[in-house]
Amino acid sequence: MIRFLIKGLLRDRTRSLFPFLTVLTGVTLTVGLEAYLSGILGSMDQSAANFSTGHLKVMSRAYAKEADQSPNELAYTGVTTLVAELREQAPSLIWTPRIRFGGLLDVPDESGNTKTQAPVIGMGIGLLDAGSADRRLLKLDASLVRGRLPAARGEILLSDDLARYLEIEPGAKATLIGSTMYGGMATANFTVAGTVRLGIRALDRGTMIADVADVQAALDMEDSAGEVLGLFPDGLYRIEAAASIAQTFNARHRASEDDEFAAVMMTMRDQPGAAELSDYIGAVYGGIFAAFVGVMSIVLWNSGLVGNLRRYGEIGLRLAFGEAHGHLYRMMLAESLAIGFAGSVVGTLLGLIPAYWLQSRGLDISGMLPNTSMMMENVIRAQISPTTFVIGFVPGLLATAIGTAISGMGIYKRQTASLMRELEA
Amino acid sequence: MRSRVFAAAVVAVALGPAEAGRAQTPSPELLMQKIDENQAAGTKIQVWEMTIRGRRGNRTVKAKSWVQGVDRAFTEYLDPPREAGTKMLKLGGQLWTYAPSSDRTIQIAGHMLRQSVMGSDMSYEDLMEDPKLERLYTAKVTGEASMLERPCWILELTARAGMDPAYHSRKLWVDKERFLVLKEERYATSGKLLKTSEVTKMTQMSKRWVAEHAVFRDALKGDGGTEFVVASVEFDPKIADSVFSQASLRK
Repeated sequence: MIRFLIKGLLRDRTRSLFPFLTVLTGVTLTVGLEAYLSGILGSMDQSAANFSTGHLKVMSRAYAKEADQSPNELAYTGVTTLVAELREQAPSLIWTPRIRFGGLLDVPDESGNTKTQAPVIGMGIGLLDAGSADRRLLKLDASLVRGRLPAARGEILLSDDLARYLEIEPGAKATLIGSTMYGGMATANFTVAGTVRLGIRALDRGTMIADVADVQAALDMEDSAGEVLGLFPDGLYRIEAAASIAQTFNARHRASEDDEFAAVMMTMRDQPGAAELSDYIGAVYGGIFAAFVGVMSIVLWNSGLVGNLRRYGEIGLRLAFGEAHGHLYRMMLAESLAIGFAGSVVGTLLGLIPAYWLQSRGLDISGMLPNTSMMMENVIRAQISPTTFVIGFVPGLLATAIGTAISGMGIYKRQTASLMRELEA
Repeated sequence: MRSRVFAAAVVAVALGPAEAGRAQTPSPELLMQKIDENQAAGTKIQVWEMTIRGRRGNRTVKAKSWVQGVDRAFTEYLDPPREAGTKMLKLGGQLWTYAPSSDRTIQIAGHMLRQSVMGSDMSYEDLMEDPKLERLYTAKVTGEASMLERPCWILELTARAGMDPAYHSRKLWVDKERFLVLKEERYATSGKLLKTSEVTKMTQMSKRWVAEHAVFRDALKGDGGTEFVVASVEFDPKIADSVFSQASLRK
């Protein structure tokens, strides 16, 4: 029977071509949009985790209250012991101490006087070890523009834009002028090993990356760090697992609650503003996507309605020949499901083509983000996930079928006695 | 290289009873003139300590300063070991610092002036402000009070039109006889209290009154403040001009 129906659909294109094209177009757009939005959301979450929030973050209680200002005077002291404890408690995670700092980078001339100077956002990370997790998380190898990655103490990376602004090449000397952990002025000399483009506009304007040990020495932060980040190695944020690790850690450190410099662990969502921002962006994108799927469903539903209205005469004739109402209704439903299925399959495949292109090549939107402070990559990429393969079937299959089911109700209202009269008219 | 209160107190000259102590309220201009005169007095070499009371505990920094008037000062930090050898030079409106760890001389300018001096409650801006009160502020005497069991005039200063000092207004408690500023409050344009300072001990050295112990506090930081203690002071020594040069920073 299905074969018979499909043959009918193929031979009578007026019944199938327009609905098929409508479904195909709607599904293609739905699939493309889903992959695009998933890519943006995933990229934002991953960038924020790798550069700033981690999936888990350990700080001193005092630091945690003002974490958005990176108050290194409130940094946690005793980081070596802390990291050892974290690696014992949750060995499957990557635990990496980080120091975020601000300051001025001063480039001297031949006589040691200031030649150029610029404000920098600094990151102290595990930089020197070739197998360091931080190098991988921050994609430093791939981000290198000029020079090489640091290999010895005292070597740093600068964002390429900053290096160009300061008019320095790899190998140049520069002095960091910042604040010590105790608030005094700190100055330390570094050698620029290379320049990088991290692909995040907020960081590419003026970032300096140094090894955490060098930053500790420069800012008088012996065995101290502002933050210790914990990340799941595969990059996926597991909300429940993270919450459980944080709960266990904080329960262990509860005894020292009165000490403002005692350690406290926060999940990515617990960090100030992170949950709100993530929820807000998720809600906005979710709303856009839901509205789009809703509109597409209505279009496809309407297409089902229009298709059946066009077949008013055919339905009357079939009823006049004695075909049962229920049989006819079921046949029309089956036809619409066949068209919907075919349209969804082809639409999904067509939608995957631009999605795959956008996933592998990406789209540079840095021109639209000249002054953003969001941890968002300049090149946005789609993300093809299992959802991408099935999401198109929601409007493609269901909406078409529902449209047919509703319009098909009219079949039961047709009176056999009046069919000939209707046909004559 | 210290705050107005501290600098004024350290170099203060015992001016004798003069007009002070009389029932008659002096003109605010005269009071400001006397305070300015205190600071401009001759040369001095002093060793001093500041104890910074932070959230992590106390930290004491020791330094030696060579000062000439209000425009020229050279300071070398002696302790703790990390800060030892760090030097600062003030020449008029310019300030340089030298750190032996980086062997660089850096001019402190722009937003760096707002940074804390060695983690204390005082900023470089506090050090660099034009010390002539008369030039920056209009004043009025608003009352009398007693500080350290000394009779004081209360002097309120407001920035002159067209001038842009670091603090829009100030309230000073001025010793009626010695013209030392024993207490001071500094306010932003909004009226918010930014800094306070208070002399807690005065002593007479070489016939001059010196604030031996003072506390400077950044009201926005909310920590324990910074205590200044003068360990020794020598008035009117001969200081070679070469001391007040950039070359001396690297010596």
